[in-house]
Parts: sequence; structure tokens; C-alpha cells
Amino acid sequence: MARQWGMVIDLDRCTGCEACVVACHAENNIATVGEDQAARGRAMHWIRVERYWEGNFPEVRVTYRPVLCQQCGDAPCESVCPTYASYHNPEGLNAQIYNRCIGTRYCGNACPYNVRFFNFFNPVWDKPLNLQLNPDVSVRSVGIMEKCTFCIQRIKVAEFRAQAEKRPLKDEEFNPACVQSCPPTAMVFGDLDNPQSEVSRLARSNRATRLLEEVGTAPNVIYLRSVS
Amino acid sequence: MPAHSPEQLNEDVLRPLVHTTWRFYLTAGILGSIVLAALAAFIYQVYSGLGVSGLDRPVFWGFYITNFVFWIGISHAGTLISAILRLTNAPWRRPVTRCAEAITVFALVIGGMFPIIHLGRPYLFFWLFPYPSERGIWPNFHSPLLWDAFAISTYLTGSSIFLFLPTIPDFALLRDKASGWRRKLYRALSLGWTGTPRQWHRLEMAMRIMAVVILPVAVSVHTIVSWDFAMAPVPMWHSTVFGPYFVAGAIFSGIAALIIAMAFLRKAFHLEQYLTPFHFDKLGKLLLLMSLVWAYFIIAERLTVWYGNESPEMAVYWSTQQGRFTHLFWFMVFCNLVIPFAILSIKHFRFSIAGPVIASTTVVIGMWIERFLIIVPPLERKYLPYSWGTYHPTWVEITITAGTFAAMALLYMIFSKLVPIISVWEMKLGWQQEAEASRPVASEAQLPHMIPGADLPAPGN
Repeated sequence: MARQWGMVIDLDRCTGCEACVVACHAENNIATVGEDQAARGRAMHWIRVERYWEGNFPEVRVTYRPVLCQQCGDAPCESVCPTYASYHNPEGLNAQIYNRCIGTRYCGNACPYNVRFFNFFNPVWDKPLNLQLNPDVSVRSVGIMEKCTFCIQRIKVAEFRAQAEKRPLKDEEFNPACVQSCPPTAMVFGDLDNPQSEVSRLARSNRATRLLEEVGTAPNVIYLRSVS
Repeated sequence: MPAHSPEQLNEDVLRPLVHTTWRFYLTAGILGSIVLAALAAFIYQVYSGLGVSGLDRPVFWGFYITNFVFWIGISHAGTLISAILRLTNAPWRRPVTRCAEAITVFALVIGGMFPIIHLGRPYLFFWLFPYPSERGIWPNFHSPLLWDAFAISTYLTGSSIFLFLPTIPDFALLRDKASGWRRKLYRALSLGWTGTPRQWHRLEMAMRIMAVVILPVAVSVHTIVSWDFAMAPVPMWHSTVFGPYFVAGAIFSGIAALIIAMAFLRKAFHLEQYLTPFHFDKLGKLLLLMSLVWAYFIIAERLTVWYGNESPEMAVYWSTQQGRFTHLFWFMVFCNLVIPFAILSIKHFRFSIAGPVIASTTVVIGMWIERFLIIVPPLERKYLPYSWGTYHPTWVEITITAGTFAAMALLYMIFSKLVPIISVWEMKLGWQQEAEASRPVASEAQLPHMIPGADLPAPGN
């Protein structure tokens, strides 16, 4: 059954706590690069919380926007990759196949959201942190790109389980790590093509917007924000 | 031009092939050590990871891609200019074509290395080529990088043939004159050339075909290089002007490189008699023309962006006009427009050798900066201000960049020791045609011929 995985993020609920960032790092074996490298702009966070100030001191209002791969329907990163490392899978995900990547970094340039990350060095985990790596997610090596996968390992497990139990996959049977860990439940994940799902109901909200939609990427991450 | 004797020409042009001074060895030694340093830097980069470069997120491309575009641009010196001059049958081309065509081949070899140097996993570069592999997939034909791989390999093949074809009669001449290992080498390279009318006819046909074929290839190569940028939805990359803008820039920097190379050859090999101020004047005029064309393109590009006033593009625009790249931008304009215009628009300076050489040097520097300014500022200011970044090159990138300039000079020097840098038979043919043209019945000179065929003395006689 064809699905279109998508996510809704309610910016009016987001508190900017960055629990999603931590959860993502733990789930997806994302290396921390250290202070020096982070200062040089090489930090890898598949999801980041962008913080914006509106107004002048002391009347300042802080708003947050979690930005992850927008899993574009028409993704600039996919067409430019010469080796199909970045490709569109049948469920509408921008999949990244690490073994195919030769590190041209063209996808990273073409991505308007800057949500693709390059392994400038081989990742290292100080002992005993190496023991907490998630066995379901491959550890990436030096010289290749990586990015948010919508926790494809969880999608696959849920699909296989439903298949084994000979039943359709239920809406919200599972969630990516960021959605699962969001304290104010600002994030909702599911099948956008299923009109009954929570995510498609929210996507039809009149608060729905998409980030940089004018670039023509047809993102599958929808932001809810009340227009004041 | 004064009358020359073929014997004097043989003597002047072939002398550098056998007589090597200590200056040559010293220069080659210095250049070679710079190349070795660059090689060491590259090995260090492969061993440690691209983190030793200054690249970061979001500036994923920096010096290496700048060098790539720059060298591919330089490569347009030869083939394109030489093909145009051959097709238009400009008589002054004869001493110029060989050294121009050689620039093309070497600049392409060097430029073509950079997409591999800059890879995260350079040892897998061959995955760009379509071949039946155990992985069971083709490369992505939608990717401009793949177009690049095809365009550059086509151009390298074409321009190598274009360089080699008119060298065959000269190789035969050398074969007849040389001894020892040189004789063996030139015998192999001359492909059994004996100078029969049949061979001259075939050579003439092949060169005509190549001159016509290489022009669209050269134009398409730099257009495709520009599409590496123009195809991506990055502010100030995504522009329709990039194709012709890059082609014009390539020819511009190519002419400059040619003028510099000619001046060096003239001095080092005492070719004052053949590479005359007359040639520098002609090429200087071309350089001036291309400088104005370049200025036209940069105004067309910048004015439309500024007038359109779209916020993502303006962020990039202001970073080059009132931001951290302002000085670099105006220095580029100074190098590419002000200096060439000031020097080359004056006849007296054009005819001095120093004038065109100074202008060409600033143009080469300016065009390198131009490529840098095309690539880096848009990546630093790409859409969401939260993820803007900055780029500072490291010693690894600087060493590798210096190494390629040294490699270019070194390759060129070695070439000039193995191949006559001025096409001997074309010079002789030119004098013969001039002599014929000065006869009372001059109708034959009007014919668009390049090689008359049997009436030419066989090389080596």
C-alpha cells in the first residue's frame, strides 16, 4: 500500500526544550563532533531547534522552529546526486543510502534547509558510549552525507510486524524518536495519504504552512502556526 | 613579418628540445617540490578526512571547486581559440596554436582532478561512470555532476586529438633528425608519417573536422560546468545567465593564460622572431574584448538581482557588495576590467610585451577570485539565516591549490622539451602561402585551404 509519510509540527506548542534533538542523537547514532568542530559549523543535528527573537528588548518574544529534513516531494538533493545515494523511496521518503555516497556534497548545497550533514572525520564514541549505539542504525563513516530518515528503522520494524500479524499498519502505531520524546506533543507523525490519520487532519488546518514552499520543494513537514 | 629560412626555423624551434640549461632544472626542481607538497597534503586529507580542509556546513564547496572551474576555464585557451583561428584561417595563428592547444590539455587534466580531490571518498570516483558493476545500478543521469564527467572526458579526448593531429608532421621531422631514445619515441608518435599526398589530405580533413567538432564541445563543457551551480536552487546560483557568463569568462581567462605562456616561451627559448609584439597585440585586443564582454555579463547578472529584490538573493548580493566580500569583489573588478582596459586600450602598451602580460596576470587572478565569489558567498547565505555560515580555507587547500599551478607550469615545461612548441610545418606552410600570394596571380590565396597537399616539401628535407 502506497503511503506518504509526513509530519506536523505545532509551533504554538513547541517550547524549544530540544528533547527531540537529544532523542534523535540517541536513536540514530549521530556523532557529537566536539566543541572545536561545532564552532567551525560541523555539528551534526538531524533535527535542530531554530530560535528567533521578535521585537526589541524588553518586549521580546522568543519563537522556536524545529527544523529537520522536510522529506520533500520534489527534493533538490535527489536529482543532483550522481550515484543515487539520495533517492526517493516508494513511501515518499528522501532516503539516504550511505554505501552509495561518494561525498560530492552536492546534495548539501542543493538543500535549501541545510539539513544534510557531512562526516568530515570518522566518528568516535568514547568508551563506554560505544556500547549504547543503536544496533538498528548503521554507523556512518568519514566522507559521506547523512540526514534525518524519519527513523526509517522504526517504520520498517512496524511494517514487518504488521505484515507478520497479517493486519494493516495502524495510524500512530509507532513514532520517530523526536515525535515520541516531544513533551508538549507538538509533533505528530503519520500517513498524509490516509484522510483519517491525525497527521492529515492537522495538515488540513488553516494554521498549516510549509517552510520555504516558494522554492518548489513540496515539503512533507507541515508547520502549524497561528497568524496573529 | 620578415622573411625566414626554414633552416633557421628548425634551428630555433628544435634547439630547446636538446639543449637544456641549469635554469630549467632549477625551475623544474622548485615546481616539482611544490607539486610534491600538494601531493602530501592530499594524502594527508584522504587519510584524515575532509575535515582538514576549511569546508563546513553550509559551505560544502570551496577552494577545490573554485580551482576546478578556474582550470576548466583556462583550458578554453587552446582548443577554442585555436579552432576559431584555424576556421577563420587567420594567418597570424601559426606560431600560437600549438602552445594554446597544449594549455588546454594540461589545464583539463589538472581541472579534472579537482572533482576527485574534493570527494569525501575519492577512491570511489569511478562510480560516476556508467559501467556494468556488481552494484547493479547506473549513475544518476539527472545529476549535473554526471554531465560534467561526460563533458570533461569528451573534451579531454577531443582536445588531445586536436593537439596531437597537427603535431604528427613535426614528430616525423623530429624522428628524421633525432637519435637514441628520442628517435624511438618520435617514430612511435609520428604514426608512420612519410608526407605522401594521401597523408596530407587525410590530415587536412581530420583537422577540419576536429576544428568544427571541438567548438560546440568547448562551449558545452563550460556551460555544463556552470550548470553545476545554475541547476541547484541556491540564491544567485540559480540563474539562466550562468551558461554564457561562464563560457565568456573561460575564454577570457584562457586568452590571459595563453599570453602569459607565450611571453615565458618567448623569453626562455628565445623565440622573439616568431612570437612577435604583433601577436601580443592581436591577443591583447581579444583580451580587451572579452574583458568588456565579462563586464557586460556581471552587470547583467547583478543588476537583475538587485532590481528583482528577492530577499534570499539580496542576502547574497549584499554580502558581496556591502559585506565581508566587498573588498574582494571590487578587487576582482579592478583586475578584470580596470587594469585590462587601462593597458590594452592603448596601442603603445598593447605592442609592448609587458603590457599584455601584466593585464593577463591580473585577469588570471581576477578570474580565480570571480569563481570563488560565485561559489562561496551564495553557500554562506543560503535561505534560513539560522544556518548561515562562513568559510575559511586551511593550509591543506592552499597547498593543493599552489601545487596545481606548479603542476601546470611543470607539465608545460616538460611538454616544451619533448614537442616543438611552435608548429614547424605550419610555419613553413604559411611562408610558402605568403610567397604564393605575393605572385601576380593571387587567386589561389583566396581559397580557404589549410594544406595544399603534394606541393609541400616532405618534413625533414
